[in-house]
Amino acid sequence: MNTMLLPTPTALQDIPVPEDIRLLADATPTAARAMFQAEGVNAWFGRTHVLKDVSLDVAQRRVTALIGPSGCGKSTFIRCLNRLHEVVPGARVQGRILLDGQDIYQRGVDPVLLRRRVGMVFQRPNPFPTLSIRDNVLAGWKLAGQRPRDPEGLVERSLRQAALWDEVKDTLDRSGSSLSGGQQQRLCIARALALEPEVLLMDEPCSALDPIATAKVEELIHELRERYTIVIVTHSMQQAARVSDFTAFLYLGELVEFGATEAIFTRPANSRTEDYITGRFG
Amino acid sequence: MKSHTDQSYEEELGKLREELLLMGAKVEGMVAASVKAFDEHDYDLARRTIENDHDINRLEVEIDGFCLSILARRQPVASDLRFITSALKLVTDLERIGDLAVNISERTIDLASDPPQHSYPGLGRMAEVVQSMVHDALDAFVATDPAKAQWVIEQDRVVDSLYLHLFHEVLVLMMDDRSAVHRGMGVQAVAKHLERIGDHATNLAERVVFLAKGRDIRHQGDQEPDC
Repeated sequence: MNTMLLPTPTALQDIPVPEDIRLLADATPTAARAMFQAEGVNAWFGRTHVLKDVSLDVAQRRVTALIGPSGCGKSTFIRCLNRLHEVVPGARVQGRILLDGQDIYQRGVDPVLLRRRVGMVFQRPNPFPTLSIRDNVLAGWKLAGQRPRDPEGLVERSLRQAALWDEVKDTLDRSGSSLSGGQQQRLCIARALALEPEVLLMDEPCSALDPIATAKVEELIHELRERYTIVIVTHSMQQAARVSDFTAFLYLGELVEFGATEAIFTRPANSRTEDYITGRFG
Repeated sequence: MKSHTDQSYEEELGKLREELLLMGAKVEGMVAASVKAFDEHDYDLARRTIENDHDINRLEVEIDGFCLSILARRQPVASDLRFITSALKLVTDLERIGDLAVNISERTIDLASDPPQHSYPGLGRMAEVVQSMVHDALDAFVATDPAKAQWVIEQDRVVDSLYLHLFHEVLVLMMDDRSAVHRGMGVQAVAKHLERIGDHATNLAERVVFLAKGRDIRHQGDQEPDC
Protein backbone atom coordinates (compact mmCIF):
# COMPACT_ATOMS: atom_id res chain seq x y z
CA MET A 1 0.00 0.00 0.00
CA ASN A 2 1.18 3.48 -0.73
CA THR A 3 1.83 5.41 2.45
CA MET A 4 3.50 8.77 2.69
CA LEU A 5 4.30 9.59 6.25
CA LEU A 6 5.96 12.68 7.54
CA PRO A 7 8.67 12.58 10.16
CA THR A 8 7.54 12.26 13.78
CA PRO A 9 5.79 15.31 15.25
CA THR A 10 8.78 16.00 17.48
CA ALA A 11 11.12 16.09 14.51
CA LEU A 12 8.66 18.28 12.64
CA GLN A 13 8.92 21.06 15.16
CA ASP A 14 12.51 21.55 14.12
CA ILE A 15 11.73 21.93 10.45
CA PRO A 16 11.36 25.55 9.34
CA VAL A 17 8.35 25.89 7.06
CA PRO A 18 8.59 28.74 4.56
CA GLU A 19 5.62 31.08 4.40
CA ASP A 20 4.82 30.02 0.92
CA ILE A 21 6.00 26.62 -0.08
CA ARG A 22 6.06 26.50 -3.81
CA LEU A 23 4.58 23.24 -4.96
CA LEU A 24 6.63 21.72 -7.68
CA ALA A 25 5.37 19.04 -10.00
CA ASP A 26 7.12 16.36 -7.97
CA ALA A 27 6.20 17.81 -4.59
CA THR A 28 4.82 15.39 -2.04
CA PRO A 29 2.90 16.11 1.14
CA THR A 30 6.24 15.84 2.94
CA ALA A 31 6.98 19.35 1.62
CA ALA A 32 4.61 20.87 4.19
CA ARG A 33 4.02 20.44 7.91
CA ALA A 34 1.41 17.79 8.76
CA MET A 35 -1.78 18.90 10.47
CA PHE A 36 -3.16 15.38 10.58
CA GLN A 37 -1.17 12.17 10.54
CA ALA A 38 -3.35 9.13 9.94
CA GLU A 39 -1.57 5.86 10.62
CA GLY A 40 -3.07 2.49 9.76
CA VAL A 41 -6.66 3.68 9.98
CA ASN A 42 -9.34 0.99 9.65
CA ALA A 43 -13.06 1.67 9.87
CA TRP A 44 -16.14 -0.49 9.88
CA PHE A 45 -19.89 -0.10 9.56
CA GLY A 46 -21.04 -3.18 11.48
CA ARG A 47 -19.14 -5.99 9.78
CA THR A 48 -18.43 -4.05 6.63
CA HIS A 49 -14.78 -3.05 6.48
CA VAL A 50 -14.90 0.36 4.75
CA LEU A 51 -11.37 1.74 5.38
CA LYS A 52 -8.39 -0.57 5.17
CA ASP A 53 -5.14 0.42 6.76
CA VAL A 54 -5.13 3.97 5.41
CA SER A 55 -2.07 6.06 6.27
CA LEU A 56 -1.71 9.58 4.99
CA ASP A 57 -0.68 13.00 6.16
CA VAL A 58 -2.80 16.11 5.73
CA ALA A 59 -0.58 19.11 5.14
CA GLN A 60 -1.18 22.23 7.21
CA ARG A 61 -2.72 25.20 5.39
CA ARG A 62 -3.00 23.25 2.23
CA VAL A 63 -5.98 21.74 0.44
CA THR A 64 -6.06 17.96 0.32
CA ALA A 65 -8.65 16.36 -1.95
CA LEU A 66 -9.97 12.83 -1.57
CA ILE A 67 -11.26 11.25 -4.75
CA GLY A 68 -12.58 7.82 -5.63
CA PRO A 69 -15.78 6.08 -6.68
CA SER A 70 -18.83 5.90 -4.42
CA GLY A 71 -18.26 3.62 -1.47
CA CYS A 72 -14.46 3.91 -1.59
CA GLY A 73 -14.31 5.27 1.96
CA LYS A 74 -13.42 8.89 1.29
CA SER A 75 -16.33 10.37 3.31
CA THR A 76 -15.74 7.83 6.07
CA PHE A 77 -12.11 8.90 6.20
CA ILE A 78 -12.88 12.57 6.78
CA ARG A 79 -15.55 11.63 9.32
CA CYS A 80 -12.80 9.77 11.19
CA LEU A 81 -10.81 13.02 11.30
CA ASN A 82 -13.42 14.70 13.52
CA ARG A 83 -14.72 11.51 15.16
CA LEU A 84 -18.11 11.73 13.46
CA HIS A 85 -17.81 8.18 12.18
CA GLU A 86 -18.11 6.69 15.65
CA VAL A 87 -21.51 8.33 16.31
CA VAL A 88 -23.12 6.01 13.74
CA PRO A 89 -24.53 2.96 15.55
CA GLY A 90 -22.33 -0.10 14.91
CA ALA A 91 -19.48 1.97 13.43
CA ARG A 92 -15.94 1.69 14.80
CA VAL A 93 -12.43 2.90 14.05
CA GLN A 94 -8.96 1.46 14.62
CA GLY A 95 -5.55 3.01 14.10
CA ARG A 96 -4.03 6.34 15.07
CA ILE A 97 -4.95 9.82 13.92
CA LEU A 98 -2.74 12.59 15.23
CA LEU A 99 -3.93 16.19 15.12
CA ASP A 100 -0.91 18.43 15.49
CA GLY A 101 0.85 15.51 17.18
CA GLN A 102 -1.96 14.54 19.55
CA ASP A 103 -3.90 11.28 19.13
CA ILE A 104 -7.55 12.30 18.72
CA TYR A 105 -8.71 8.82 19.73
CA GLN A 106 -6.77 8.87 22.98
CA ARG A 107 -8.84 8.45 26.13
CA GLY A 108 -9.74 11.81 27.55
CA VAL A 109 -10.06 13.63 24.23
CA ASP A 110 -13.46 15.35 24.12
CA PRO A 111 -14.99 14.82 20.63
CA VAL A 112 -17.04 18.00 21.01
CA LEU A 113 -13.93 20.09 21.59
CA LEU A 114 -12.21 18.25 18.74
CA ARG A 115 -15.05 19.22 16.39
CA ARG A 116 -14.55 22.85 17.29
CA ARG A 117 -11.00 22.55 16.04
CA VAL A 118 -12.06 20.48 13.03
CA GLY A 119 -15.11 22.03 11.40
CA MET A 120 -17.21 20.37 8.74
CA VAL A 121 -19.32 21.39 5.78
CA PHE A 122 -21.68 18.84 4.29
CA GLN A 123 -22.92 17.93 0.83
CA ARG A 124 -26.28 19.66 1.12
CA PRO A 125 -26.39 23.15 2.59
CA ASN A 126 -28.07 22.68 5.98
CA PRO A 127 -28.68 26.04 7.64
CA PHE A 128 -31.13 25.94 10.53
CA PRO A 129 -34.33 27.02 8.78
CA THR A 130 -35.91 28.67 11.80
CA LEU A 131 -32.82 30.68 12.67
CA SER A 132 -31.82 34.00 11.19
CA ILE A 133 -28.66 34.37 9.13
CA ARG A 134 -26.97 35.93 12.17
CA ASP A 135 -28.06 33.13 14.51
CA ASN A 136 -27.03 30.50 11.98
CA VAL A 137 -23.49 31.87 12.06
CA LEU A 138 -23.52 31.74 15.88
CA ALA A 139 -25.30 28.35 16.05
CA GLY A 140 -22.16 26.42 17.01
CA TRP A 141 -21.60 28.65 20.00
CA LYS A 142 -25.24 28.48 21.06
CA LEU A 143 -25.32 24.69 20.80
CA ALA A 144 -22.27 24.59 23.05
CA GLY A 145 -24.11 26.87 25.50
CA GLN A 146 -21.49 29.59 25.07
CA ARG A 147 -21.44 33.17 23.92
CA PRO A 148 -18.55 34.69 22.02
CA ARG A 149 -16.96 37.87 23.38
CA ASP A 150 -18.02 39.98 20.40
CA PRO A 151 -20.92 38.23 18.61
CA GLU A 152 -21.54 40.99 16.05
CA GLY A 153 -17.86 41.20 15.16
CA LEU A 154 -17.63 37.42 14.89
CA VAL A 155 -20.69 37.27 12.60
CA GLU A 156 -19.23 39.90 10.30
CA ARG A 157 -15.75 38.34 10.31
CA SER A 158 -17.10 34.85 9.60
CA LEU A 159 -19.41 36.04 6.83
CA ARG A 160 -16.60 38.07 5.30
CA GLN A 161 -14.30 35.03 5.36
CA ALA A 162 -17.07 33.02 3.72
CA ALA A 163 -17.38 35.72 1.03
CA LEU A 164 -21.06 36.26 1.95
CA TRP A 165 -20.99 39.48 3.96
CA ASP A 166 -21.64 41.88 1.09
CA GLU A 167 -24.65 39.87 0.01
CA VAL A 168 -26.34 39.55 3.41
CA LYS A 169 -25.10 42.42 5.59
CA ASP A 170 -28.47 44.21 5.34
CA THR A 171 -30.60 41.13 5.88
CA LEU A 172 -28.95 39.42 8.84
CA ASP A 173 -32.32 38.93 10.56
CA ARG A 174 -33.85 37.07 7.65
CA SER A 175 -34.09 33.29 7.75
CA GLY A 176 -31.07 31.31 6.57
CA SER A 177 -33.35 29.33 4.28
CA SER A 178 -34.25 32.54 2.39
CA LEU A 179 -30.84 32.39 0.70
CA SER A 180 -29.99 30.65 -2.58
CA GLY A 181 -28.33 27.21 -2.47
CA GLY A 182 -24.86 28.63 -3.04
CA GLN A 183 -25.40 31.34 -0.39
CA GLN A 184 -26.71 28.73 2.05
CA GLN A 185 -23.56 26.66 1.57
CA ARG A 186 -21.38 29.71 2.19
CA LEU A 187 -23.52 30.41 5.29
CA CYS A 188 -22.69 26.88 6.49
CA ILE A 189 -19.02 27.61 5.85
CA ALA A 190 -19.37 30.83 7.87
CA ARG A 191 -21.02 28.84 10.66
CA ALA A 192 -18.07 26.44 10.71
CA LEU A 193 -15.56 29.32 10.60
CA ALA A 194 -17.31 31.12 13.48
CA LEU A 195 -15.99 28.42 15.79
CA GLU A 196 -12.49 29.44 14.71
CA PRO A 197 -11.38 25.95 13.71
CA GLU A 198 -7.93 24.97 12.48
CA VAL A 199 -9.24 22.48 9.95
CA LEU A 200 -12.20 22.58 7.61
CA LEU A 201 -13.55 19.28 6.30
CA MET A 202 -15.74 19.58 3.22
CA ASP A 203 -17.79 16.61 2.10
CA GLU A 204 -18.78 17.23 -1.53
CA PRO A 205 -19.59 20.87 -0.74
CA CYS A 206 -20.57 21.78 -4.29
CA SER A 207 -22.52 18.74 -5.41
CA ALA A 208 -25.85 20.53 -4.93
CA LEU A 209 -24.69 23.86 -6.40
CA ASP A 210 -24.83 25.37 -9.87
CA PRO A 211 -21.57 26.26 -11.71
CA ILE A 212 -21.55 29.90 -10.54
CA ALA A 213 -22.13 28.99 -6.89
CA THR A 214 -19.51 26.25 -7.29
CA ALA A 215 -17.00 28.76 -8.64
CA LYS A 216 -17.66 31.03 -5.65
CA VAL A 217 -17.09 28.21 -3.18
CA GLU A 218 -13.93 27.18 -5.02
CA GLU A 219 -12.66 30.75 -4.94
CA LEU A 220 -13.45 30.78 -1.24
CA ILE A 221 -11.46 27.55 -0.71
CA HIS A 222 -8.55 29.22 -2.48
CA GLU A 223 -8.70 32.13 -0.03
CA LEU A 224 -9.30 30.01 3.07
CA ARG A 225 -6.23 27.86 2.46
CA GLU A 226 -4.11 30.80 3.63
CA ARG A 227 -5.46 30.32 7.16
CA TYR A 228 -6.98 26.86 7.38
CA THR A 229 -6.13 23.28 6.61
CA ILE A 230 -8.78 22.02 4.22
CA VAL A 231 -9.74 18.45 3.36
CA ILE A 232 -12.30 18.14 0.58
CA VAL A 233 -14.11 15.06 -0.62
CA THR A 234 -15.31 15.45 -4.18
CA HIS A 235 -16.74 13.36 -6.97
CA SER A 236 -15.60 15.97 -9.45
CA MET A 237 -12.05 15.26 -10.51
CA GLN A 238 -11.89 18.62 -12.25
CA GLN A 239 -12.74 20.24 -8.92
CA ALA A 240 -10.02 18.26 -7.14
CA ALA A 241 -7.58 19.32 -9.85
CA ARG A 242 -8.65 22.96 -9.57
CA VAL A 243 -8.71 23.49 -5.82
CA SER A 244 -6.30 21.08 -4.16
CA ASP A 245 -2.56 20.96 -3.52
CA PHE A 246 -2.56 17.24 -2.77
CA THR A 247 -4.84 14.47 -3.94
CA ALA A 248 -5.50 11.04 -2.48
CA PHE A 249 -7.21 8.35 -4.54
CA LEU A 250 -9.10 5.74 -2.55
CA TYR A 251 -10.57 2.58 -3.97
CA LEU A 252 -12.48 -0.12 -2.10
CA GLY A 253 -11.36 1.34 1.20
CA GLU A 254 -7.66 1.40 0.33
CA LEU A 255 -5.43 4.38 -0.33
CA VAL A 256 -4.17 3.68 -3.84
CA GLU A 257 -2.14 6.82 -4.46
CA PHE A 258 -1.41 10.08 -2.69
CA GLY A 259 0.68 12.91 -4.04
CA ALA A 260 0.87 16.42 -5.42
CA THR A 261 -2.30 17.19 -7.38
CA GLU A 262 -0.35 18.28 -10.44
CA ALA A 263 1.51 14.96 -10.54
CA ILE A 264 -1.64 12.89 -9.92
CA PHE A 265 -3.48 14.56 -12.82
CA THR A 266 -0.62 14.58 -15.32
CA ARG A 267 1.36 11.43 -14.60
CA PRO A 268 -0.14 9.25 -11.88
CA ALA A 269 2.17 6.50 -10.67
CA ASN A 270 -0.50 3.84 -10.18
CA SER A 271 -2.40 2.33 -13.10
CA ARG A 272 -5.63 2.20 -11.05
CA THR A 273 -5.41 5.96 -10.49
CA GLU A 274 -4.76 6.44 -14.19
CA ASP A 275 -7.78 4.28 -15.07
CA TYR A 276 -10.05 6.12 -12.63
CA ILE A 277 -9.16 9.70 -13.48
CA THR A 278 -9.16 9.08 -17.23
CA GLY A 279 -12.56 7.36 -17.07
CA ARG A 280 -11.43 3.81 -17.81
CA PHE A 281 -13.12 2.35 -14.77
CA GLY A 282 -15.88 -0.23 -14.86
CA MET B 1 -4.49 -0.06 -21.49
CA LYS B 2 -8.20 -0.39 -20.71
CA SER B 3 -10.66 1.43 -22.90
CA HIS B 4 -12.66 4.41 -21.65
CA THR B 5 -16.02 3.77 -20.03
CA ASP B 6 -17.42 6.44 -22.34
CA GLN B 7 -17.10 4.80 -25.74
CA SER B 8 -17.65 8.03 -27.66
CA TYR B 9 -14.56 9.48 -25.92
CA GLU B 10 -12.60 6.35 -26.80
CA GLU B 11 -13.71 6.77 -30.43
CA GLU B 12 -12.65 10.43 -30.48
CA LEU B 13 -9.18 9.59 -29.21
CA GLY B 14 -8.98 6.74 -31.74
CA LYS B 15 -9.95 9.10 -34.53
CA LEU B 16 -7.32 11.62 -33.43
CA ARG B 17 -4.69 8.89 -33.44
CA GLU B 18 -5.75 7.83 -36.96
CA GLU B 19 -5.58 11.40 -38.24
CA LEU B 20 -2.10 11.83 -36.79
CA LEU B 21 -0.95 8.61 -38.41
CA LEU B 22 -2.46 9.66 -41.73
CA MET B 23 -0.63 12.99 -41.54
CA GLY B 24 2.58 11.20 -40.49
CA ALA B 25 2.34 8.78 -43.41
CA LYS B 26 1.74 11.62 -45.89
CA VAL B 27 4.69 13.60 -44.54
CA GLU B 28 6.94 10.56 -44.63
CA GLY B 29 5.89 10.04 -48.25
CA MET B 30 6.66 13.69 -49.07
CA VAL B 31 10.17 13.41 -47.64
CA ALA B 32 10.83 10.21 -49.60
CA ALA B 33 9.46 11.77 -52.80
CA SER B 34 11.45 15.00 -52.40
CA VAL B 35 14.69 13.08 -51.85
CA LYS B 36 13.96 10.80 -54.82
CA ALA B 37 13.09 13.76 -57.03
CA PHE B 38 16.35 15.51 -56.11
CA ASP B 39 18.41 12.38 -56.59
CA GLU B 40 16.84 11.45 -59.94
CA HIS B 41 16.26 15.02 -61.22
CA ASP B 42 12.57 14.17 -61.45
CA TYR B 43 10.97 17.61 -61.75
CA ASP B 44 7.42 16.28 -62.13
CA LEU B 45 7.75 14.38 -58.87
CA ALA B 46 9.14 17.53 -57.22
CA ARG B 47 6.10 19.52 -58.42
CA ARG B 48 3.66 16.86 -57.20
CA THR B 49 5.41 16.88 -53.80
CA ILE B 50 4.94 20.63 -53.54
CA GLU B 51 1.23 20.23 -54.34
CA ASN B 52 0.84 17.59 -51.62
CA ASP B 53 1.71 20.18 -49.01
CA HIS B 54 -1.87 21.51 -49.17
CA ASP B 55 -3.08 18.22 -47.67
CA ILE B 56 -0.59 18.51 -44.84
CA ASN B 57 -1.61 22.08 -44.07
CA ARG B 58 -5.28 21.10 -44.09
CA LEU B 59 -4.63 18.18 -41.74
CA GLU B 60 -2.67 20.42 -39.38
CA VAL B 61 -5.63 22.80 -39.05
CA GLU B 62 -8.12 19.92 -38.72
CA ILE B 63 -6.14 18.11 -36.02
CA ASP B 64 -5.49 21.31 -34.08
CA GLY B 65 -9.23 22.01 -34.06
CA PHE B 66 -10.03 18.47 -33.04
CA CYS B 67 -7.57 18.66 -30.12
CA LEU B 68 -9.07 21.95 -28.94
CA SER B 69 -12.52 20.45 -29.11
CA ILE B 70 -11.47 17.43 -27.00
CA LEU B 71 -9.70 19.69 -24.49
CA ALA B 72 -12.78 21.88 -24.14
CA ARG B 73 -15.36 19.12 -23.91
CA ARG B 74 -13.54 16.29 -22.15
CA GLN B 75 -10.99 18.00 -19.88
CA PRO B 76 -8.55 15.11 -20.33
CA VAL B 77 -6.07 14.22 -17.60
CA ALA B 78 -3.02 11.99 -17.14
CA SER B 79 -2.11 9.93 -20.25
CA ASP B 80 -5.04 11.38 -22.21
CA LEU B 81 -3.86 14.92 -21.44
CA ARG B 82 -0.32 14.01 -22.45
CA PHE B 83 -1.66 12.48 -25.68
CA ILE B 84 -3.70 15.56 -26.66
CA THR B 85 -0.96 18.06 -25.81
CA SER B 86 1.56 15.89 -27.64
CA ALA B 87 -0.72 15.72 -30.67
CA LEU B 88 -0.79 19.53 -30.79
CA LYS B 89 3.00 19.58 -30.91
CA LEU B 90 3.35 16.59 -33.23
CA VAL B 91 1.26 18.25 -35.94
CA THR B 92 3.47 21.32 -35.84
CA ASP B 93 6.61 19.24 -36.33
CA LEU B 94 4.96 17.17 -39.06
CA GLU B 95 3.79 20.28 -40.88
CA ARG B 96 7.32 21.73 -40.77
CA ILE B 97 8.77 18.48 -42.07
CA GLY B 98 6.28 18.82 -44.94
CA ASP B 99 7.49 22.39 -45.57
CA LEU B 100 11.10 21.20 -45.66
CA ALA B 101 10.19 18.51 -48.18
CA VAL B 102 8.69 21.34 -50.24
CA ASN B 103 11.95 23.32 -49.89
CA ILE B 104 13.93 20.32 -51.15
CA SER B 105 11.55 19.98 -54.10
CA GLU B 106 11.89 23.68 -54.91
CA ARG B 107 15.68 23.26 -54.99
CA THR B 108 15.29 20.32 -57.34
CA ILE B 109 13.31 22.51 -59.74
CA ASP B 110 15.71 25.42 -59.28
CA LEU B 111 18.66 23.23 -60.30
CA ALA B 112 16.93 21.87 -63.39
CA SER B 113 19.04 24.08 -65.66
CA ASP B 114 22.27 23.09 -63.93
CA PRO B 115 23.14 19.44 -64.59
CA PRO B 116 25.22 17.67 -61.90
CA GLN B 117 28.98 17.36 -62.46
CA HIS B 118 29.84 15.71 -59.15
CA SER B 119 28.32 13.00 -57.02
CA TYR B 120 27.64 13.51 -53.30
CA PRO B 121 27.39 10.11 -51.60
CA GLY B 122 27.23 11.85 -48.20
CA LEU B 123 23.91 13.45 -49.20
CA GLY B 124 22.41 10.04 -50.04
CA ARG B 125 23.56 8.67 -46.68
CA MET B 126 22.07 11.69 -44.87
CA ALA B 127 18.74 11.29 -46.67
CA GLU B 128 18.69 7.62 -45.74
CA VAL B 129 19.25 8.29 -42.01
CA VAL B 130 16.79 11.18 -41.89
CA GLN B 131 14.06 9.17 -43.62
CA SER B 132 14.56 6.30 -41.18
CA MET B 133 14.38 8.79 -38.28
CA VAL B 134 11.00 10.08 -39.46
CA HIS B 135 9.76 6.54 -40.07
CA ASP B 136 10.98 5.23 -36.69
CA ALA B 137 9.67 8.26 -34.78
CA LEU B 138 6.22 7.57 -36.22
CA ASP B 139 6.57 3.84 -35.46
CA ALA B 140 7.58 4.72 -31.88
CA PHE B 141 4.49 6.91 -31.63
CA VAL B 142 2.18 4.16 -32.92
CA ALA B 143 3.60 1.61 -30.48
CA THR B 144 4.25 4.17 -27.67
CA ASP B 145 7.78 2.77 -27.67
CA PRO B 146 10.20 5.04 -25.73
CA ALA B 147 13.20 2.79 -26.51
CA LYS B 148 12.72 3.24 -30.25
CA ALA B 149 12.16 6.97 -29.69
CA GLN B 150 15.44 7.14 -27.80
CA TRP B 151 17.20 5.49 -30.73
CA VAL B 152 15.79 8.17 -33.06
CA ILE B 153 17.05 10.89 -30.73
CA GLU B 154 20.55 9.40 -30.82
CA GLN B 155 20.51 9.36 -34.63
CA ASP B 156 20.33 13.14 -34.69
CA ARG B 157 24.00 13.37 -33.82
CA VAL B 158 24.82 11.13 -36.78
CA VAL B 159 22.85 13.46 -39.06
CA ASP B 160 24.55 16.56 -37.64
CA SER B 161 27.94 15.01 -38.21
CA LEU B 162 27.07 13.95 -41.78
CA TYR B 163 25.82 17.47 -42.47
CA LEU B 164 29.01 19.16 -41.29
CA HIS B 165 31.13 16.72 -43.26
CA LEU B 166 29.11 17.25 -46.43
CA PHE B 167 29.05 21.03 -45.98
CA HIS B 168 32.87 21.17 -45.91
CA GLU B 169 33.19 18.70 -48.76
CA VAL B 170 30.97 20.86 -50.98
CA LEU B 171 32.75 24.04 -49.84
CA VAL B 172 36.14 22.69 -50.91
CA LEU B 173 34.67 21.57 -54.22
CA MET B 174 33.21 25.03 -54.89
CA MET B 175 36.55 26.69 -54.06
CA ASP B 176 38.27 24.47 -56.62
CA ASP B 177 35.63 24.71 -59.34
CA ARG B 178 33.63 27.92 -59.75
CA SER B 179 31.20 26.23 -62.14
CA ALA B 180 30.13 23.98 -59.26
CA VAL B 181 29.03 26.89 -57.06
CA HIS B 182 25.35 27.06 -58.08
CA ARG B 183 24.70 23.34 -57.70
CA GLY B 184 27.00 23.17 -54.68
CA MET B 185 24.95 25.78 -52.86
CA GLY B 186 21.82 23.87 -53.80
CA VAL B 187 23.29 20.67 -52.35
CA GLN B 188 24.24 22.50 -49.15
CA ALA B 189 20.71 23.88 -48.87
CA VAL B 190 19.17 20.43 -49.36
CA ALA B 191 21.55 19.04 -46.74
CA LYS B 192 20.44 21.80 -44.36
CA HIS B 193 16.78 20.95 -45.02
CA LEU B 194 17.49 17.28 -44.30
CA GLU B 195 19.32 18.21 -41.11
CA ARG B 196 16.27 20.25 -40.00
CA ILE B 197 13.98 17.31 -40.81
CA GLY B 198 16.20 15.26 -38.49
CA ASP B 199 15.66 17.89 -35.77
CA HIS B 200 11.89 17.68 -36.18
CA ALA B 201 12.00 13.87 -36.12
CA THR B 202 13.93 14.22 -32.85
CA ASN B 203 11.16 16.47 -31.50
CA LEU B 204 8.61 13.80 -32.46
CA ALA B 205 10.65 11.17 -30.63
CA GLU B 206 10.98 13.35 -27.53
CA ARG B 207 7.20 13.70 -27.45
CA VAL B 208 6.87 9.91 -27.59
CA VAL B 209 9.07 9.66 -24.48
CA PHE B 210 6.88 12.26 -22.76
CA LEU B 211 3.76 10.42 -23.84
CA ALA B 212 5.01 7.11 -22.49
CA LYS B 213 6.77 8.23 -19.34
CA GLY B 214 5.40 11.67 -18.51
CA ARG B 215 8.97 12.96 -18.47
CA ASP B 216 10.06 15.95 -20.53
CA ILE B 217 13.51 15.20 -21.93
CA ARG B 218 13.85 18.24 -24.21
CA HIS B 219 16.90 20.45 -23.99
CA GLN B 220 18.64 18.18 -21.52
CA GLY B 221 21.90 18.67 -23.35
CA ASP B 222 21.48 22.46 -23.12
CA GLN B 223 21.62 22.61 -19.34
CA GLU B 224 24.64 24.20 -17.77
CA PRO B 225 26.80 21.78 -15.86
CA ASP B 226 26.55 21.86 -12.07
CA CYS B 227 29.43 23.76 -10.58
